Amino acid sequence: MKKEHKMIIDLSKEGRVAYALPQNDVPTKEWGSYLPEEFQRKTVPRLPEVYEVDVVRHYTNLSNKNYGVDTGFYPLGSCTMKYNPKINEDMASLDGLAKVHPYQQESTVQGSLELLYDLGEKLSEITGMAAFSLQPAAGAHGELAGLMMIKKYHEGRKDSKRRKIIVPDSSHGTNPATATAVGYDLVEIKSDNMGGVNLEALRAELDDETAGLMLTNPSTLGLFERNISKITQMVHDAGGLVYYDGANLNAIMGKTRPGDMGFDIIHLNLHKTFTTPHGGGGPGAGPVGVTKTLEPYLPYPTVQNKNGSYGFDYDRPQSIGRIMAFHGQFGVLARAYTYILSMGSDGLKQVSEAAVLNANYLQSKLKEHFHLPIDTLCKHEFVLSGTSQLSEYRTLDMAKRMLDYGIHPPTVYFPLIIDEAMMIEPTETESLETLDQFVDIMVKIKEEGEGNPALLHNAPISTPVRRLDEAKAARKPVVKW
Amino acid sequence: MNRYIPLTKEDQTHMLKQIGVDGIDDLFSDIPDDLKLNRKLNLPDGISEHEVRRKMTDISKKNKNLDDFISFLGAGAYDHYIPSVVSHVAGRSEFYTSYTPYQPEISQGTLQYIFEFQSMMSELTGMDVINASMYDGATATAEAAIMAMRSNNRNKIIVAATIHPATLAVLKTYCHFREIDLVVLPEKQGRVDNEQLSCIDGDTSAVIVQSPNFYGLIEDVSTIEKTTHDNKALLIMNVDPISLGVLKSPGEYKADIVAGEGQGLGIPLSFGGPYLGFIGTTNKLMRKMPGRICGLTEDIEGKPGYVLTLQAREQHIRREKATSNICSNQSLCALRAVVYLSTMGQKGLKEVALQSLSKAHYAKEQLLATGVMKEVHQGPFFKEFVLESTLDAAMIEEALLKKRIIGPLRIEKLLENQKNRLLFAVTEKRTKDEIDQMVNVIREVSK
Repeated sequence: MKKEHKMIIDLSKEGRVAYALPQNDVPTKEWGSYLPEEFQRKTVPRLPEVYEVDVVRHYTNLSNKNYGVDTGFYPLGSCTMKYNPKINEDMASLDGLAKVHPYQQESTVQGSLELLYDLGEKLSEITGMAAFSLQPAAGAHGELAGLMMIKKYHEGRKDSKRRKIIVPDSSHGTNPATATAVGYDLVEIKSDNMGGVNLEALRAELDDETAGLMLTNPSTLGLFERNISKITQMVHDAGGLVYYDGANLNAIMGKTRPGDMGFDIIHLNLHKTFTTPHGGGGPGAGPVGVTKTLEPYLPYPTVQNKNGSYGFDYDRPQSIGRIMAFHGQFGVLARAYTYILSMGSDGLKQVSEAAVLNANYLQSKLKEHFHLPIDTLCKHEFVLSGTSQLSEYRTLDMAKRMLDYGIHPPTVYFPLIIDEAMMIEPTETESLETLDQFVDIMVKIKEEGEGNPALLHNAPISTPVRRLDEAKAARKPVVKW
Repeated sequence: MNRYIPLTKEDQTHMLKQIGVDGIDDLFSDIPDDLKLNRKLNLPDGISEHEVRRKMTDISKKNKNLDDFISFLGAGAYDHYIPSVVSHVAGRSEFYTSYTPYQPEISQGTLQYIFEFQSMMSELTGMDVINASMYDGATATAEAAIMAMRSNNRNKIIVAATIHPATLAVLKTYCHFREIDLVVLPEKQGRVDNEQLSCIDGDTSAVIVQSPNFYGLIEDVSTIEKTTHDNKALLIMNVDPISLGVLKSPGEYKADIVAGEGQGLGIPLSFGGPYLGFIGTTNKLMRKMPGRICGLTEDIEGKPGYVLTLQAREQHIRREKATSNICSNQSLCALRAVVYLSTMGQKGLKEVALQSLSKAHYAKEQLLATGVMKEVHQGPFFKEFVLESTLDAAMIEEALLKKRIIGPLRIEKLLENQKNRLLFAVTEKRTKDEIDQMVNVIREVSK
């Protein structure tokens, strides 16, 4: 579908409608008598006037300009773009789950409450934590709740000196941004030459001003932190708490648990590990789990089970407070719950085994052709340099060329500590044939780049639009019609 | 074997050989032995799709849903009609299985609908710019407060007492940890007390007012706006987009920032989420706004196309200096809103607003006529209103439920000192017959 695409407003024609409402059947006065003139809208919003077929065709054609997991391979590192089972969608839209108001009496929502309670229990078992709050709307929101709990914990102990959050330089951008969002000072420490936490650098920063450490494990380099127990111990000895960014949980389910490693808080990204769709940017869900000690600090309300009768618990005096208007992204939680039921104990372990097998296989095939800065066993993902300093094309050009081959490129230029980084996460839902095909395409593009770099500079050529002028968009923003 | 994992035994053998290890366990040799979970996770075994469906259906049947019950519950989540096209479009997996549109060449579908969302919401709210969406109305409001504080470097936020209690709670949480002073502007008879506007001063970063407010009443925003701007503070308005079919828009009130909940625009109630927070502002403050923004540009051939823009505000570029830590939007919910607004158009939206308005007024009159309910507040309201029951509110709730009616919100569940006060919400979906049924049950209870 390469044709130009109008905006829906351009299809407007006065007099067309796409809606049909029932007749207003209550005795009604002139509406001005309900609403004094001063409160009435004077301007007319410019919204489309179209009929139903226009709406359906317009958005169907737009969808054809999109690429999703259902379209093809999506090896986007750290994003865990795995297949989203269709049954998840069906279950979340069951009338009994989708047509329920958040303020209904508890006796009329026992199903929803049971689902929330049981999902919390299951996530606790998978991660080795004592309790979960399912309220956070996204991973970054889970981080926010987590750091608020760290702050509240220190406040509770009247330890006001602790203003410092430590993060490794390989962390996701949300970690430092979250530290700022709760009013902490940020300290970034350099990784060691194997991509792990540099223990000396960590030791040098730990003191009585340390509120906590945020760590992603396996790291964004796809590496399991070999000193993990030592790290949690060091931070605890300094009086700080340790936060586990669970973005990469897909690598370790059924194999090891953050709770057993000594972590105090963890957030999960249900849209990664637990197959809820990424939705073009959201909604996701970022449940946050804690140890027994920190349980009182969880956002309120939590869900209780009193002999099989479920209810909300608002009476939580030490809680950080409420972080969303209602009960979190329930529809997303229902999808993740469906997935956990489908997979079960053995299934989740198989997921991690296959995800790690796929990643190591791809790594071993690709390192024959590309520079792998850290050549060791990986977990769910690995990072290679797409190009060398001698190349006449850059990693970005490789990524754009992949679009012409009909695959989504890996994450590029992240983590920041690897030059020309290409971060590749195949996930467990891809077949050997798909992985081999990906290797062939990578090698072919490299050859193209060496023979005719202009081909890569000009890519993509077969997509609905070609490279877009991002500088222009930012210089003179056009953000509405 | 597993239906979502394609590797056969043969594949695995081949792959392990390529890697140069003997077995899967070798791939986990980097996990220290003392941390290995040497047991099964204590979860039930996996089950077939049929069994999953049965179990989930059983759970869902333990809920009472609004197809089987008539609802008068609102308070920030509303039972407006959702046209069929909405779910059909949002159900296209090219949309829902895609990631954030960081590769714009293959994400024009997502980017264009976000641009259309921003456009429609800008038109509705009368603001220059609306972002690609936020988690929900409450967090969007809290982010608006932080945005204001970052814009004018003042540290006091004043919030109307008549804002939704859950929004206030979220604001309190965000402000506490950010060390922002949050001052509550008192109410009088359900609306902001104009006598108390003197608390707005030169230290005030922003004033937050919700209209229609939590009680459904329309606030005297013009007066609040004047005092706010006289003190060079910013006006943040929290609004229900459905109400903007008939009510004066934040742009018309000269608001600086708008935030709110867009659930009414085609998003299922779904026990409270996922919903659709939105935030918007003026051109002047655009670069202080959190979250994603989509912009129009052109490709190297001069063809129009869309990209995420002004990313220098965001966490993946600015890290600890970002305007917010948010790194997602409620894209699919924004898609639902775009399809809803395309379907309704300006006329349909106005009709939804007017029917809700007139049905709510009819319901209030009928309820007052029973003699069981007393008026609590004076003044114009939109689709919600508060009445005080002369009978025990919990008893009324139970009596309604027996007649398959989900009654109004007992406000005391959210606010203290509001015993027996009920918040009724009436949308365009309610018929005269349904309203009369509800009124009759209440009349019968009193006998």
